[in-house]
Amino acid sequence: MAAAGVTKIDRSLAMVTEALSAWDWLVIAPVALPFLGAAALLILRKRIAWHAPASIGVMLLMLAANIGLLIRVWNEGPIHMAMGSWLPPFGIVFAVDTLGAIFATITAFTGLVCAIFATAEVEATEYRYGYFTFYLLMLAGVTGAFLTGDIFNLYVWFEVLLISSFGLLALGSNPIQLDGTFKYAILNLVATTLFLISVGLIYGIAGTLNMADLAVKARSGELAAPVMSFGALLTFAFLMKAAAFPLNAWLPASYHVTRSTSAALFAALLTKVGVYALLRTLVLLFPELGQTFAPIFLIAANATMLIGALGLLASSDIRRMVGWAVISGIGVILVGLGIGEMAALSGAIAYAVHSMVVMAGLYLLAGAMGWLSGSDSLFKMGGLAVQSPGLLLCGLGIVLATSGLPPFSGLWPKAILVEAALSKNAYLTVVVILVNGLLTTIALGRLFAFGFWREAQLERTEIGATPVLSMSRMAPIAIIVMVSLAFGLYPEPWLAASRQAAAGLLDGAAYINTVLPEG
Amino acid sequence: METVLSVVVGLLFASAVYLMLSLHTIRMLLGVVLLGNAVNLLIFTVGRFRSDVPPIIPVDSYVPTTDVANPLPQALILTAIVISFSFFVFLLVLAYRAYQDLGTDDSDKMRLAEPVEDDSPPRGY
Amino acid sequence: MRTVIFRTVAPFLTALMIIFSIFILLRGHNEPGGGFIGGLIAASANAVYGIACGVSPVRRSLRFHPMTIAGAGLFIATLAGLASIFAKAGFLTGLWTTVHLFGQSIDLSTPLFFDIGVYLVVLGTFSSIGLALEEREVE
Repeated sequence: MAAAGVTKIDRSLAMVTEALSAWDWLVIAPVALPFLGAAALLILRKRIAWHAPASIGVMLLMLAANIGLLIRVWNEGPIHMAMGSWLPPFGIVFAVDTLGAIFATITAFTGLVCAIFATAEVEATEYRYGYFTFYLLMLAGVTGAFLTGDIFNLYVWFEVLLISSFGLLALGSNPIQLDGTFKYAILNLVATTLFLISVGLIYGIAGTLNMADLAVKARSGELAAPVMSFGALLTFAFLMKAAAFPLNAWLPASYHVTRSTSAALFAALLTKVGVYALLRTLVLLFPELGQTFAPIFLIAANATMLIGALGLLASSDIRRMVGWAVISGIGVILVGLGIGEMAALSGAIAYAVHSMVVMAGLYLLAGAMGWLSGSDSLFKMGGLAVQSPGLLLCGLGIVLATSGLPPFSGLWPKAILVEAALSKNAYLTVVVILVNGLLTTIALGRLFAFGFWREAQLERTEIGATPVLSMSRMAPIAIIVMVSLAFGLYPEPWLAASRQAAAGLLDGAAYINTVLPEG
Repeated sequence: METVLSVVVGLLFASAVYLMLSLHTIRMLLGVVLLGNAVNLLIFTVGRFRSDVPPIIPVDSYVPTTDVANPLPQALILTAIVISFSFFVFLLVLAYRAYQDLGTDDSDKMRLAEPVEDDSPPRGY
Repeated sequence: MRTVIFRTVAPFLTALMIIFSIFILLRGHNEPGGGFIGGLIAASANAVYGIACGVSPVRRSLRFHPMTIAGAGLFIATLAGLASIFAKAGFLTGLWTTVHLFGQSIDLSTPLFFDIGVYLVVLGTFSSIGLALEEREVE
């Protein structure tokens, strides 16, 4: 029965034989840790007092592992680990380049920050139904998607994060949640199924699912006929995931039904997974397809920015408003894919990082504002400046950061994208980016003015005693504002990392060589 | 054989899309099931039908000695079946709960998350 | 479904199915079988028992909440993957050893523990779903 059985087998033909150090395990640690954490929480499901501290501990470890990974990738270039020691391209590999490491690090960071907010917001019954189990599984799914080097494995991670996001979205089972979750679930399931179809076609054409191997085959021009069809399917599926126009309707219909912690996490991570997958497949794997589809991306980007900003202006419910802000951020990122050069891609990656952090902050801010004033409607909100001057400061920061105004982090990547668009004579896109910024400023300025500066609209007796904003609601928002401020004031490391990530995607040689050393 | 299965895959996709265009949640779910099966059959078909010999390598060699069946599509399909089955179970329970709580299975009338008479936003500051 | 015959036979049938599921689990490495299918058989054993005797006897006989079982399975499976860190090999690499006990040699491996983990996850999850659905029917 044992594998080391019958005859002497030369294992080095099929398996990795050189010893790995514990240091190499950084590649898998960010995925294995949340799995262990989620399993432990399932076992200890009755001890709800342990859930939040344990999950925060796990996320701290994840963050540490991700930062270690980022430092290592930054210094040494892409690294990989073969699952079960089976050699690529036959075994599944995890391959980390700068892009994956940056996104995974931000994932752990946002997860950690939102978890602090969750300790104030989530109730005991939700703990018992496994709030933090879903939470950790979702982080595992997102991180796995960022780190994997196998396209079918990417599909599996998509499903892992999707099913845990269903759990988070429907937890509590209010009628409004059932409504939102149903639409979210059907549309996202269709999107991942379309992705699976294209994975099937890719396997049929290329005979491999390993990303590095696919990149080699695509670059050597071996791939034949239906490249366009699976490319179109991939684009469609990932644009749907990313909530780009005209595939965006599910996002403002669903994100606001759940807790603002969950919504913040979704806004930060789920749409960005779509963007990441677009960058990975259409820039690294199939660069020619990326160039073919670039005009479509540019059109989608313009339309998404416009529709996002208009939706933002037209909403009166602050949480649905934030959903539109997420969409308009996606539009800005897509500009980078539409232009497709080094500078534009680095701008898009930098903006994605900014957007992950700030959109989470915006949802948390909306959650805190709604909780303080007892309503999510712009008409009923007010008087928050008196109630919580600290939130006023944080709110100002988040609003400026989302609108892309200095001294916060939104400015730099937008400036890079505008410059890149100008160099390609894409004047329409430049105008749309600027109009989008203006409309976002107007809409969020209105949110800020109505929420904070106006006198209170609801009688306090209507909504009970005056709530006091606790530290666990305040601290996450403040941390996000400070991070955004730090990125804005000293952008060099962040932009350099984005440039390295974009260069790695465009060149591809380092990524391919680390997974398939012989070429 | 591939041709016949390709046609079947196409028919399955067509029926799945038709069902998913319905307004009623239960038909949408049936469409989702058909879509999952269509994809599984698609993966099976693109994996090529070469042989019905199981891919088992004899003890004293490194590669299969005869033409063998491709095992990978089956592994992929098994994964996809498990995933789509669990999704279907979740969606079925969700649709049932939604039908109970919202009192309708018409997706046009499921407007709790996006109310019909949505307030337009304040016009001034 | 609560006929006397079924209620009398069900416990034996359940025991038989669970033993069979463990057999399927253990033969799984080199022959058809494995954790997933074994877990499904065990979960259907629970479902049979639930249909015959009601949900609460099943819950009592399981001792732990099904989701706890699933969590333990996930934990075991992840640990089985992590074990290869000590062999300086990649995540999920199979490690093999043979234990001699009472004159018998038993092959132990991390894939076996991974499979046991899968078995428990499937058993826990599907029992949980099955019992929830059966409970609703009784109401």
